[in-house]
Amino acid sequence: MNKQFKYEAAGQGSYVFHQEQLNAIEEILAKDLMGLGVHSVFLIDMAGNVVASKESGEVKHDIYSLAALAAGNFGAVSTMAKLIGEEEFSLLFHKGQKEHIHFSKVTGDFLLITIFGKEISLGFLRLKVAEAMEKLVRILGFEPKILRNNH
Amino acid sequence: MALINMKKREVQAKVVYYGPGRGGKTTNLEYIYRKFSNRIKTEMVTIKTHGDRTLFFDFLPLDIGQIAGFTVRMQLYTVPGQVKYDATRRLVLRGADGVVFVADSLAIRRKENLLSLKNLAEHLASYKRSIFSIPLVLQYNKRDLADQGIPLLPIDTLESDLNSKLKAPSFEASALAGPNVVQTMKKIISITLESLQKEFQS
Repeated sequence: MNKQFKYEAAGQGSYVFHQEQLNAIEEILAKDLMGLGVHSVFLIDMAGNVVASKESGEVKHDIYSLAALAAGNFGAVSTMAKLIGEEEFSLLFHKGQKEHIHFSKVTGDFLLITIFGKEISLGFLRLKVAEAMEKLVRILGFEPKILRNNH
Repeated sequence: MALINMKKREVQAKVVYYGPGRGGKTTNLEYIYRKFSNRIKTEMVTIKTHGDRTLFFDFLPLDIGQIAGFTVRMQLYTVPGQVKYDATRRLVLRGADGVVFVADSLAIRRKENLLSLKNLAEHLASYKRSIFSIPLVLQYNKRDLADQGIPLLPIDTLESDLNSKLKAPSFEASALAGPNVVQTMKKIISITLESLQKEFQS
């Protein structure tokens, strides 16, 4: 099977995601997160681009604007952490009346954003997100590395 | 850093409008948003102060259609231009594939243009990018103010101050009235996509 995966450090290059990788990513988002009853989940890069997304269909979100804002928000909060002497915050979560939003860093270049309601507890979601992230990291690779073609 | 999705056959790339405060970066995006409103499916995102100054960024996703079988989506951003928002500017620049530098043609803003360009170069360098190699277009904005008798920097001066080494494409423009706003945008999109194409062919 011909596999090609290019991954470069943030700010230096671009990413190509092939069908196989995206299928694998989307399967994780669908089974591990949407399957819990999460309303939306999207995997984005730190520049605010959307890699993959899944939505329950109950509410339609503007995921491109959300991605831009999420990346900006995460970036701002990360910078604040460093200013107060923290390497990073272990939890970034916003609580709403009906919808909540959780951020999780997947390698240095990607973020997993989950939108969920009161049906799921934050603690349970964090557990499941951590499990999903382990699988995503295996697909996305560690930082930074370039894999060659396997013919 | 552009993102290519081979499953959806989609390319997403980021263009940042940079420049000194009150130079016309947000006005550029607002003009583009109005001009192409029938093709832009979402609202323009703006995060600004009560005084209408950009606080964090403006964001406008632009679907520019099909190129070589790929749907191309350009994400246009502006940075806050005020000096105190330096850390925010650096954040917004992360992953930029192309930059439009919006220079203020007002004679009294000459120094601010120079400082802002230097600031851009420094932030790009912090991401190991060079201002000499990133796709870049210069826009000399507010040229319409000459009609009102307001002293403007001559184009020669702007070119000499800002573009003598960069040798980037440049446009005289008026973001409020429209001249060359779309042309600036088209140029940055074109050179950004060319650069991405070269990157992937290599």
